[in-house]
Formats: sequence, structure tokens, C-alpha cells
Amino acid sequence: MSNPDPKSIELLRFTTAGSVDDGKSTLIGRLLHDSKSIFEDQWDALQRSADLAGGSDVNLANLTDGLRSEREQGITIDVAYRYFATPRRKFIIADTPGHVQYTRNMVTGASTANLALVLIDARNGVVEQSKRHAYISSLLGIPHMVVCINKMDLVNYSEDRFREIREQFYAFVPRLDIRDVTFVPISALKGDNVVDESQNMPWYHGPTLLGHLEDVYIASDWNLKDFRMPVQYVIRPLTDEHHDFRGFAGQITGGVVRKGEEITVLPSGKRSVVKSIHLLDQELEEAFSPQSVVIQLEDDIDISRGDTLSSLDTLPYTTQDHDANISWMDEQPLVLGRKYIIKHGPNTTKVVFREVVHTVDIETLEEQHGTAELGLNDIGRVKFKTMAPLVYDAYRKNRNFGGFVIIDEATNDTVAAGMLRSPEKPAPVPEHKDYVI
Amino acid sequence: MNKYKLTHLDYLESEGIHVLREVAAQFERPTLMFSGGKDSIVMLRLAEKAFRPARIPFPLLNVDTGHNFPELNEFRDRRAAELGAKLIVRTVEDALAKGIATQVPGELSRNRLQIPTLLAAIEEFRFDAALGGARRDEEKARAKERFFSFRDEFGQWDPKKQRPELWNIYNGRLIPGQHMRVFPLSNWTEMDVWEYIQREKLELPSIYFAHKREVVRRAGQWLPVNDLLPPKDNEEVKTLQVRVRTIGDIMSTGCIESEATTVEHIIGEVSTARVTERGGRADDKVSESSMEDRKREGYF
Repeated sequence: MSNPDPKSIELLRFTTAGSVDDGKSTLIGRLLHDSKSIFEDQWDALQRSADLAGGSDVNLANLTDGLRSEREQGITIDVAYRYFATPRRKFIIADTPGHVQYTRNMVTGASTANLALVLIDARNGVVEQSKRHAYISSLLGIPHMVVCINKMDLVNYSEDRFREIREQFYAFVPRLDIRDVTFVPISALKGDNVVDESQNMPWYHGPTLLGHLEDVYIASDWNLKDFRMPVQYVIRPLTDEHHDFRGFAGQITGGVVRKGEEITVLPSGKRSVVKSIHLLDQELEEAFSPQSVVIQLEDDIDISRGDTLSSLDTLPYTTQDHDANISWMDEQPLVLGRKYIIKHGPNTTKVVFREVVHTVDIETLEEQHGTAELGLNDIGRVKFKTMAPLVYDAYRKNRNFGGFVIIDEATNDTVAAGMLRSPEKPAPVPEHKDYVI
Repeated sequence: MNKYKLTHLDYLESEGIHVLREVAAQFERPTLMFSGGKDSIVMLRLAEKAFRPARIPFPLLNVDTGHNFPELNEFRDRRAAELGAKLIVRTVEDALAKGIATQVPGELSRNRLQIPTLLAAIEEFRFDAALGGARRDEEKARAKERFFSFRDEFGQWDPKKQRPELWNIYNGRLIPGQHMRVFPLSNWTEMDVWEYIQREKLELPSIYFAHKREVVRRAGQWLPVNDLLPPKDNEEVKTLQVRVRTIGDIMSTGCIESEATTVEHIIGEVSTARVTERGGRADDKVSESSMEDRKREGYF
């Protein structure tokens, strides 16, 4: 492998989901192996455990199934993060189990992915598990999807079968919010179209899986339109040298901010102008999502952790009443009327759920109304009120400013994750009294 | 083309800075575990970036096994002094004397003994968060660990009871007595660490670069000869040009033969390496689950 130039290499994060026999681990093993990302000692360890088990074949799944209970049961339980690189890109795989009882792991893995890799067994076609993974990918707003139709070697590399499955998938796509989908016929076991082009499918003219992962355009996956920076931490050195320095530190979750630009602080609605943008000893003219920076403002206004710096052109919502899609992750089901803690960026406040609008049957993807119960691994839509207002964008507009988690006050466990929708009646934008437009 | 594009190093840097600031904001008494090893050097750089021009708002902590490489300790002390940071050192020696840690007969490496020493230090200073430089690519039990890794009153990690982590939202809520281990470099690979060291021109302890050293061949690795590790009668002491890839207890850190005297050379070696970084660590080889077992007990 040649040494990539770190100045130009981008990072692509993708998620996979699947169960024991659909070849997911074989595919990941193949990507790691053929891109020379498996090391000799890892290979030795795999062979050692294969010898001990009395089997002769090396099980690539043992590379990813890192916990003892997983190896004992032969299943992936948790999200495993895997890393590999080619001369053109670096990759992080969030490898998740595919069964219904691991929906929450799939949701977790999907939250940070640029791309979802959906695996379909060519013999079985589109089954519930592939639908479920595609649905969760769409719910979590993953911008790109690759549908790998695997085990093509077992259907005689048939073009007809490939087309048939693609039609099955297209028939189901309108129910989802997917913007970019690519189909690749592969055999993970034999290596067809994974890293190297297959000689067995001359009818296929598209990219190999790895070729697509290297090429797919991801620079516009971040929202670069609406400047938002939730303040994480206020930096006040209080030294002689930096006596008056008061910087607001945070990760830009949307848009671009420039020195000299007028911005607003929410929820107060006060305004000021960007005096300087810092990254250690560098002073920047502009900064963009997802950079972590320090911003100084011209005016001395009261800003603390949880406040949001925002552009004036497009304002986020500032409301206490919310409507969201939610994935419940705890064994204790949601209790309406009970207080929970909500964490949205650096902002933490209390929340009471008022209504379960519907739940989604993850097998059929039908919405079910009139069911108030939302339990472990359920996905639904809820309405709730927060004690303090949240400043946010709809998740669909900005994944990094519309997501939240719910924490149980009694156990401190993270019990749910949600995606905010646009409020039905957006509240008027707060306007500070000192300013008249 | 889009000019607002981050490279992978920029992305990882921003993620790490974000995590460090969350720790400063969410916890009362955090500490940053600084050994002078390359990963903790990168973590310290991220801490500078997260809080400058203010001071890094937490003390540095090192568990000294008494088997640390002297070059490493010298570097650790100097770097802390340069940053004006408070450095707390707690030693395995002391933990053994107090009976907090007990040695198993025949156990040469002190890696396991770091666990009770660290837990005692966390209790002594009532730390509620300890930042570590561990990475998910190091070992497969680590591949499933969270950025915010929750520990119970006994300092134990339960892989089945980890909190889901989504987007860049981290749940740091604890009840007194519990603490959090936090790993800002979770998503970094060995190569990323080296590329970042190169980009930021970070200084490293000399043992990372090729140097002449007396070594003996034991259990398939080159181990450094020193007072703690005298050669056995049947072992031949050789003087080779070596460097270390990862640093642990001097008793279990294998050296690799290398001509790499600069970071550029090392990057070249890492990109063609056929053995993982921890492949030179005897402590990981005990069983397929040895890292998982140590982590459950409270290892870094």
C-alpha cells in the first residue's frame, strides 16, 4: 500500500448491518483483507481460534466479534468500529447486528454514518432485515446508500436475478427518504466486485464496492448553509497577557461563519459581530461545520454553555413544544407524563412526553396508531414539552442540530434517541428589546 | 468543488477537541492520563487546542510502574513543566507497599498492577473522569468501547451495559463513586497518530526512534536488557538498531528492528507493517480475551 498524502485524504464513515449468515462479516473481512488492512498477528490469532474450535476454516467474523460473549454465541451484539484505509480514503465501519432485538445498535451506528451498506442475499431477495436496515438508514438521514446484492456466485452470476432484486428494492424505496442509492452485485466470499472487478459478471458496468466507497461525493453531507454553533465551554484565561479574552468554544454544527459577520445568540436573541475565530494559535478568516473553534464577539453579552450562536439569515426554531421521531433503547418502556432528561448538543433540560402519535412496525414499516406503548427497540413518533426551550433545526435539515438523547433521571442510562421534526406552529423568533428592525 | 472540506486529520482533531471540552464542562474533577507515550502526547496537543489561550483545566496523572523507560519519565516531567500543568504521579511500588496491589508469584510485568494503583489514585483525588489515549483500532475488545466509558464503584467496565452514543452527544451523568473513562482518540488509527505527530511537529521521547540497544530474543520478541530484565544464561545479548512501536511496562515491551530515525521514516514503516502495533506486547497474548478481562477489572 502506498503512503497516502494526509493533506488530501477524506474520511468516510459507513454502517453495515446483518446477521450471522448473510455474509456481512465475510464482506468486511474481504474489504480489510483485500485492502491489506489485516495484519499477520490478527491472521495468526484467527487461525489459532479456528484450530482450537476444531474447524479448518478461518472465521473472519472473529475479527469483528471482539467480546467473549459474542464469540461464544457466534453473533455480533454491539456496534463494533473497524478502520481501514486505501491510498484515496480512510474508512470507519460501524458494524452492527441486524436482528430486531438490536435495532438500537443499528440506530447508534447509523447516527454518524455518511453511507449505509445494505446487504441482500441474492438467493433470498429483499427480506425484512434488509428493509429494516434501509428504513433505519433513512430515518437517521444517512445521505448515501449502497445495496450490495451478495452471493451472486450462488445464483450463477445471473443478471436477471440482479435486476429482479433491484426492482424489489425500488418498489419499497418510495416509503423511504433516500437521496442516493447504488446497486452492486458481489460475492464477498469469492471477491467478485468487492475490491477487484469481477470476471464473472461482464454485464455489470458499474464500480466495484470499494471503488464506489472511494468515489462517492461526501463533502456536501454536512449542512454548510445555516451557521449554528452551540456553545460548549467559555474560555476565560484571566492572565495578564490575555486579560480581556472571552472566547466561546464549540463545534460548528452547521454552516460557515466569517470574521466581521453579524450573528445572533439564541435563545436570548441578542446580537453581536464576530471579532475573531481561533484554532489554537491560528486566527481564521472563516470556519465551517464540523470544525471545533473558539469565537470572540465584539460585544460583552451574557453567553454560557447551551446557548447557540446562529446566522441571522436563517434562524433555527426556538420552542418548548416538540414533535420528533424516536428510537427507544431501554428495557423500561416510555412512561407518558414522567420527567426525563433531554440532551441536545451541550444543552440539558427536563422533558415530559405527552403523546405517542404512532409506532412503526419494523417488520412491515406500517404506522400503528392508538398504541401508547413505546418499548425497547421500538420506533415511533412522539410529542413532548421541554422545561427550557430548545434551539434546533429539523433533523432532516441538519442531522447534527436536530438529534437528541433521552436520559433516565433515576439510572442515568441513555434510554432513547430522537430526531426533531419541524414544529407544527413555529414560535415567533425572539427579538431582543435593544434592537429594532 | 467544495472548498469547505476537512481532511481526515482535521475531522479527528475536531472530534477529539469536542470530547475534551465536553469533559471539562460535564465533570467536576477530571484528569488527563499522561504517560509520555505517543497517544497521550497527541491527546495533550488536542487539550491545548481545546482550551488555549487558557490553561488546560485539569491535572495530568501518570501511573508509574517503576518499570517505565527512563526516557519516558524524563519526557513526561519536562512536558508537564513546559505546559505549566500539575502532574500527579502514583507508583505501583507504593501501591505494593500499602498492600493495595499484590503481586502474583512469577509475574514479571507490572501492567496488571497498574489497575489497583490507578483506581486508588482515582479514589484519592475523587476524580470523576479520567481521559485516556486508548484507540479502538488497538484491540478488538476496544473496538466496542464508547468515547465515554462508564465505570461502576469498583472501577469495572461492563461491555453489556454501555450507554448508546449517538451523533456527538455524550452522556456523562454519574452518581458519586462512579467514574467515567473518556477516550478522545477512539477513532484514530496508529497511522493517524503518526501523521498528526508529523503535521503538528510534536516532540517524542527518543525511544520511538531507531537507536542502538542491547536486546535478547524471548518468546518471539526482542526485549530490552536492563537491571530489571537481566539476560538468562542461555540467551545471547545482541546490540541491534531498534525502536519501540508502543510503550508499556519495560518488561513486556518488545522492540522492533528499525532504521527509522525520523517521523517520516516511521510513517513509511507503519504503512508497510504486517504486524499490529500491540503485536509486540506480551501482555495481550495470554488469551484471546486478555484485553477484555483487564478492561473489565478497570484497566485503561
